[in-house]
Amino acid sequence: MSNARTNILSRLCQSSIQETPPQPSPYQGREQEKDDWDTAERVRRFTERMEAVRAEIHHASRTDWLDVLAEICKAKGLNNLLVAAETEWGSAIHAQAQRFPALKTYQQPIETWKSELFYGIDAAFTGTRGGIAETGTLILWPDAHEPRTMSLVPPIHIALLETDKLYTTFAEAMQAEGWVETGMPTNALLVSGPSKSADIEQTLAYGVHGPKELVVILV
Amino acid sequence: MTTEFRHNVTLNLAKPNVRANFRKAMDGLMSRRLDQFPDKAELERLRTQSMAIRANALSKLPELLEQLETNLTRNGIHVHWAETPDEANHIVLAILQQHNAKSLIKGKSMVSEEMGMNHFLEGHGIDCLESDLGEFIIQLAQEPPSHIVAPAIHKSRQDVAKLFNEKFPDIPYTENIDELTQAARRILRDKFYAAPVGISGVNFAVAETGTLCLVENEGNGRMSTTVPKVHIAVTGIEKVVEKLSDVPPLLSILTRSATGQPITTYFNMISSPRKPGEKDGPEEVHLVLLDNGRSNIYSDPELLATLRCIRCGACMNHCPVYTRIGGHSYGTVYPGPIGIILEPQKAGLDVHGELTQASTLCGACGEVCPVRIPIPTLINRLRYDGVRKDASTTVGTGSRRKTGEAAAWKSWAWAASHPAIYNFGAKTATRLHGLFPSNMGAWTNVRSAPQLAEQTLHERLKAMGVDHE
Ligand code: SF4
Repeated sequence: MSNARTNILSRLCQSSIQETPPQPSPYQGREQEKDDWDTAERVRRFTERMEAVRAEIHHASRTDWLDVLAEICKAKGLNNLLVAAETEWGSAIHAQAQRFPALKTYQQPIETWKSELFYGIDAAFTGTRGGIAETGTLILWPDAHEPRTMSLVPPIHIALLETDKLYTTFAEAMQAEGWVETGMPTNALLVSGPSKSADIEQTLAYGVHGPKELVVILV
Repeated sequence: MTTEFRHNVTLNLAKPNVRANFRKAMDGLMSRRLDQFPDKAELERLRTQSMAIRANALSKLPELLEQLETNLTRNGIHVHWAETPDEANHIVLAILQQHNAKSLIKGKSMVSEEMGMNHFLEGHGIDCLESDLGEFIIQLAQEPPSHIVAPAIHKSRQDVAKLFNEKFPDIPYTENIDELTQAARRILRDKFYAAPVGISGVNFAVAETGTLCLVENEGNGRMSTTVPKVHIAVTGIEKVVEKLSDVPPLLSILTRSATGQPITTYFNMISSPRKPGEKDGPEEVHLVLLDNGRSNIYSDPELLATLRCIRCGACMNHCPVYTRIGGHSYGTVYPGPIGIILEPQKAGLDVHGELTQASTLCGACGEVCPVRIPIPTLINRLRYDGVRKDASTTVGTGSRRKTGEAAAWKSWAWAASHPAIYNFGAKTATRLHGLFPSNMGAWTNVRSAPQLAEQTLHERLKAMGVDHE
């Protein structure tokens, strides 16, 4: 095995690639070429892109987002909602638990409650790290409070995005937040709509393996 | 002589519905791609930038692979190296055996196809289940993928309906695509729930941070890399990029070129196994780096461009030959223009050299390729390598050389460089044009025979008063 490593690397090192003509530098002209959209424009583009792939967008403020969420839960007839207890948004929801369907928390490792997670949860609510206007994208860095499967396994994912964390492009988000400098998390995700496939006759069908519905509350 | 390739082509050309399925799908993919690039100048700038990113990574490939390994290892991901598909398969098998795993679930991976992984592991009593909808369909049908992005593109909804009905008689027959998709969701959900090991490919491996990136729409890639206790990623050694900032432009041009989407539903960046305190994610993550002829391709400064490929499939979507003969005719893992340059280099021109003929050199592939691989130039180069007498690093160089053909071209070259002889020959041919055969075997079965003119071009020009010799 380590033999394979040595052999491959030595073959690569022996190659005469130095003879190839110089290539243009990939790092020139990388500056932000998009017009720097203002917040309103970013929200407009984000909404347009998300709705184009059948995500639901709800606008709310810091004072009424709980009402909006309660409405969504009612409209969808949810029996339960998976919400972290420890996050800023999650604890606010738990504080008014009587307004929501039965609240569940992700307290234990997946192995201990996999069956309920897979077959018993109607929807999960998570925060987001930010968003990307150009492509209509949520940025998620799942962690111990909001694990990776929350935005993946339940059939509905409700995500809250603060409009002041909406970047114009992916490149801008990555750079502004210093992803390289802070170091990458176990899993970083871009989510741009509900799960879909066009594998049969190039015809779009939603809800293949991930959530069938993606609901975004913009605050 | 009927080769296997020609045999396949004849077979597939005779299937009208398969041709229609390809035509319709390719037309859709082409127009959706076009919609994504309204500004031609921006497209060309992006292509140049993407080419530069890939070329830069290749120019430092050995260093970047070592950096990738160091960073992945530091992050807790195990890195394995394999020179051949067989070695790669044994590495995967050993990991499975360590965990006593009898089954696995797979996200889409062309490198695993290249390895013949399913076949190999099934020979060792391990159940391999494809979870990408298209891959799932063709696995049920026991067929190989016919397209690198949309593996079941040759099938109509009726084909899929029949297949599901045959394999899952409990599910009511339906030709409704949404219902078929939901049926697959239910079946595969239970499999994700139970699978001890998940397999995936890699779209980009970032050396700077030790990050594996996966592009997908369905969520099966996320499932396969998140729910099972062990995740094994397999990839070719060329997939590495230098910096994290290389990722956004490549991601953007990849999804737009491939399926005409501004971005896919999921972009999944994995940098470590589950950390202490985290509640899900695999406890072990492995990366298998496969060479399989890539380091040999790397040794030729011109052919090296083959390795820039980001597997978007745009070249096949735009290829008139691929659209007609379909992905299965090629008989290789990678079909279409990228296939006909990559496969002969991997297996040798003696094995797959004939595939270099599967092109009209119309140039469409080279024009759409997001990383500007000069595919037509490379096709010509490989055709030359196949018949040349001197040495080249390409496996099977000279294996397609035929003495008769070589002699004919040599005489032609000699005649063409001796004007007196050439003119005499041309004049004689035109005078004898009546003797030209009208039956020329296979050529005239479907075409009329070419007619020789009664006068040579030189004579006619002279008669017209043109005198520039
Ligand atoms: S050769 Fe170019 S066009 Fe074809 S799959 Fe690779 S990147 Fe895409």
